[in-house]
Amino acid sequence: MLSRFLLEPLRDPSFRHALAAVLALALAAGPIGVFVMLRRMSLVGDAMSHAILPGVAIMFLIAGSNVYAMTLGGIIAGLVIALLAGAISRATALHEDASLAVFLLVSLAVGIVIVTLKGIDIEQLMTFLFGETAAKMNPERLLVIAANATITLLGLALIYRPLVLGCVDPSYLRSVSRTEGFAHLTFLALLVLNLISAFHALGTLLGMAIIIIPASIARFWTRDLTGMIAIAVATALLAGFAGVVLAYHAGIPSGPAVTLFAGVLYIGSVLLGRVDGLIWRAFPGRHLEA
Amino acid sequence: MAELRFHNLTLGYDRHPAVHHLNGTVASGALLAVVGPNGAGKSTLLKGVAGALKPLAGSIERGGGDADRVAYLPQAAEIDRTFPINLYDMVAMGLIRSKGLLGGINGKDHHIIENAIAAVGLTGFERRAIGTLSGGQMQRMLFARLLVQDARIIVLDEPFTAIDQRTASDLLRLVRRWHDEGRTVLAALHDINLVKANFPDTLLLAREPVAWGATAKVLTPENLAKTRLMCEAFDDTAGACAMRDVA
Repeated sequence: MLSRFLLEPLRDPSFRHALAAVLALALAAGPIGVFVMLRRMSLVGDAMSHAILPGVAIMFLIAGSNVYAMTLGGIIAGLVIALLAGAISRATALHEDASLAVFLLVSLAVGIVIVTLKGIDIEQLMTFLFGETAAKMNPERLLVIAANATITLLGLALIYRPLVLGCVDPSYLRSVSRTEGFAHLTFLALLVLNLISAFHALGTLLGMAIIIIPASIARFWTRDLTGMIAIAVATALLAGFAGVVLAYHAGIPSGPAVTLFAGVLYIGSVLLGRVDGLIWRAFPGRHLEA
Repeated sequence: MAELRFHNLTLGYDRHPAVHHLNGTVASGALLAVVGPNGAGKSTLLKGVAGALKPLAGSIERGGGDADRVAYLPQAAEIDRTFPINLYDMVAMGLIRSKGLLGGINGKDHHIIENAIAAVGLTGFERRAIGTLSGGQMQRMLFARLLVQDARIIVLDEPFTAIDQRTASDLLRLVRRWHDEGRTVLAALHDINLVKANFPDTLLLAREPVAWGATAKVLTPENLAKTRLMCEAFDDTAGACAMRDVA
């Protein structure tokens, strides 16, 4: 019964695409999310995930539902917003979080206005915002997501050392290496790629979920970076798989389905997590001898 | 032979100088204390020497090439102790300059790292997350990272602040060892007695150099009183400095 529930959808090629896409996305989004969390960039990421919408929408206006064109538009818009937000918070008295909140709201509004100007049916708009309903996915999107995941993993391997050191001990990094700026910009670019992937798989409103929720879960289970990345990837894979299966059977968009499962895992971790979980705090056991 | 030469060096933030028009040389193998009140520009000067901060004007000339020969100990407060990294990996980061982005860590490197950890007395703590270390252990770990770096010039920003007597004397022994090995050591310090007992040379700084030379001659009551008159705050309305940027 359970095996039929899990195996039957695999006969459907568009389900297979959706599953492959969300698994590829999870592999890359896990480590990216951990660094987003550790660099305290959750809000930046959220703003960027909404900011790609106007870029995608403009390309949609010009080229219709061409996946590659929308991807390109999203990448450009995401990078522009990332650099702009940094520049504005440096140049003005407004704190970064406030300027980002403004960006987030305005770019979402601009994006929606543009796509609806073109004349869009409600179902297509839902796809933009929450991902394809019932785990459908065309091969072009899968290709973009797989390519992004590959680039992300290779790029992260390249900048891993300065990225870590830049988080723990930035002035020391500056004293030993000139790669800080390069690592930061590369990281922002990789984040944009993953937001695009998340947009294709889960829609613009909830795409950030598969990046930031698994990382937050990992924090409750280990104090070690490598372990954290492993747990983030594992939970992203799990939530992705379960979400896509649920989306298929229930006929709901994949964005909310995946986010729902990630949320359940998060609540479980907040309660039971070995590092600072609520249960362990409430019943810490007798103190140790040394 | 001069290891470092400051040419009319001005360092600071947002055009406001924190170290103003500093000239002078640090001899090779010197053991130099940098002393001054809070806000005197000690950390700023050391950041400049380490290459972590670009001069606003003037220059730092390094005896044999550029920043590659400098090992830098930042103030403990600048480190994010909540970051999930263990002690071993933190010490291993001392190799980043020689290994670059992708260079592998081989058996010899592991040996160097283990020796450095042993030299600061932290063997057995390798897998501990840095957030679980005490202030003294943290400082020992950062000294181990300096050992791994094996640099000609060693720059220490308040290395003995907020640590106990025993840790301080252990770490001071390492500083003396570096001095005996002919390395050049610069340290920002607050404890006048410690400076008098251990550092032959002192630079007394109060944004501008007040005195520089043999410690006994520099740390006089008159000189120390002078530094206390220095005002700490930036003047927001200050005009551009008229002094010419020539050496």
